[in-house]
Amino acid sequence: MAIPKVFGIETEYGIQTVGPGDNNPIAASSLLVNAYAAEVDRRTGWDFEDESPGNDARGFAREGSMPPVIETHLANTVLTNGARYYVDHAHPEYSSPECADPLRLVLYDKAGEEVLRRSMQAARRVFPESPEVVVYKNNSDGKGNSYGCHENYLMDREVPFSKVVAGVVPHFVSRQIYCGAGKVGVETGAMDPDLVKFQISQRAEFFEEVVGLETTLKRPIVNTRDEPHADPRRFRRLHVIVGDANLSEVATFLKVGTTALLLSMIEDDMAPSRDLVPADPVRAIHHVSGDLSLTRPIELADGSSATALDIQWELFTAARKFAEEKGLSTLGNEAVATDLLDRWESVLHALENDPASLSNQLDWVAKHQVMVAYQERHNCDWDDDRLAALDLQYHDLRPERSLYARMGMERLVDPEDVERAVTQPPAETRAWFRGNCLARWPEAVVTANWDSLVFDLGTDPLRRVPMMDPLKGTAEHTAALLDASNTPAELLDRLSS
Amino acid sequence: MPERELKKKSVPERTEETVADDAPVTSERGEKLKAELDDLLDEIDEVLEDNAEEFVRNYVQKGGQ
Repeated sequence: MAIPKVFGIETEYGIQTVGPGDNNPIAASSLLVNAYAAEVDRRTGWDFEDESPGNDARGFAREGSMPPVIETHLANTVLTNGARYYVDHAHPEYSSPECADPLRLVLYDKAGEEVLRRSMQAARRVFPESPEVVVYKNNSDGKGNSYGCHENYLMDREVPFSKVVAGVVPHFVSRQIYCGAGKVGVETGAMDPDLVKFQISQRAEFFEEVVGLETTLKRPIVNTRDEPHADPRRFRRLHVIVGDANLSEVATFLKVGTTALLLSMIEDDMAPSRDLVPADPVRAIHHVSGDLSLTRPIELADGSSATALDIQWELFTAARKFAEEKGLSTLGNEAVATDLLDRWESVLHALENDPASLSNQLDWVAKHQVMVAYQERHNCDWDDDRLAALDLQYHDLRPERSLYARMGMERLVDPEDVERAVTQPPAETRAWFRGNCLARWPEAVVTANWDSLVFDLGTDPLRRVPMMDPLKGTAEHTAALLDASNTPAELLDRLSS
Repeated sequence: MPERELKKKSVPERTEETVADDAPVTSERGEKLKAELDDLLDEIDEVLEDNAEEFVRNYVQKGGQ
């Protein structure tokens, strides 16, 4: 049965050091995280005890595959907004706090950008002798190296994973037409660089499998990591690695909202009745990324064919039916969910009739339009380095350099709310309890994890507070409890009584 | 297909916009967009990294998921 969706986004940011000095990306990433942590005085570490990234949702062990490696020695911190901010491999990564509706997640994704911006500034102040580190919110370096923007969705454990796979593959192949971040050129062997000069998605060409556990090699369209960070008997966390990192708020809103809605439909057996799975999903995801006309059909497994737009219209139609019959309560906020459906529909119409009209809404359309205009003005072609530079600089997070910031893109969240979200957690999930405990008693919370907090009261053994339900520990559940507790010891007494 | 008729009906304002876009003489909206795009290109010319080739070449990101 469809359960309320709790979502999060984890973004690995691209980094570049400017000027002479150490160019080690791990050192540069640590510089950012440590400078931010030093300035906000947040030293709580992350607790790895419950991390098991090698578990596979299909139920078998990880024989022959390579689960992600957890590096515990690198900079790692938990923020008072409930997010985790750390160094993952060679990138700074911001994992948003758990959110209960898609617009809230847009807000906390934007707050993540602000954390990275403040980190760049903090690094200049705290480590003035180090080279400047510049942060980019994108997914590839144009040379065949990609880094991820992962989404997470809470699901009902009862739903068989095979059903999830069949339901999401058509969406993951086709949703890029509105949530692609766009890029110039081709950097893998996935398509012909002479034919494809601009792609809708940054990530699509890096996908080589349909289903699997890996995230760095042979990336699968559906990732099988089975690590719910919640009660494993009740919940599954669908870990989605196929998306682009968006600067466009509309694109992020659609990306997470449509996906969450589809997962609710799958849980309630209301995904489209026609089988929309492509005959070759990997080829299809490349094909869609390379087809700016949005008109070239994909062959489906049942022998018929459909364009990415056709698939999206079918998913949308089924979603509207689901909304009429079951309501939209699983998306956390009915008004937001209704806006989501309206926006989904209007964007599909615009993509069908006049894609250029979306140049203030979608990343790939905005970027493509300005690149075409740039070529006309400077009489250059797609292979010109200035276009590759323009592409990178679209994603530069420095306000004085960002091209995205100059494009007049539509905003869905208030900048003042983003400011607040940098330090304050969302009220609707357990992130509220995590963030508030950290803000009140930073010295007493020794480690934090998605599903627990560990307190050191100075006398007793360490005390672990489990948070196995992401929708408990909300402001509604725990505000009075926290307000009534003057010390962490009082809080723990109240919790155990 | 009935489904498609349904969804076309629910967004009537698109029709007007499409007419404006198809007008043979550049519409006011088109002029405004072009002017905005020109301003944007002026700005991009100002802030784009000076040495595009070096900038692009140096941007290498290993170790991502």
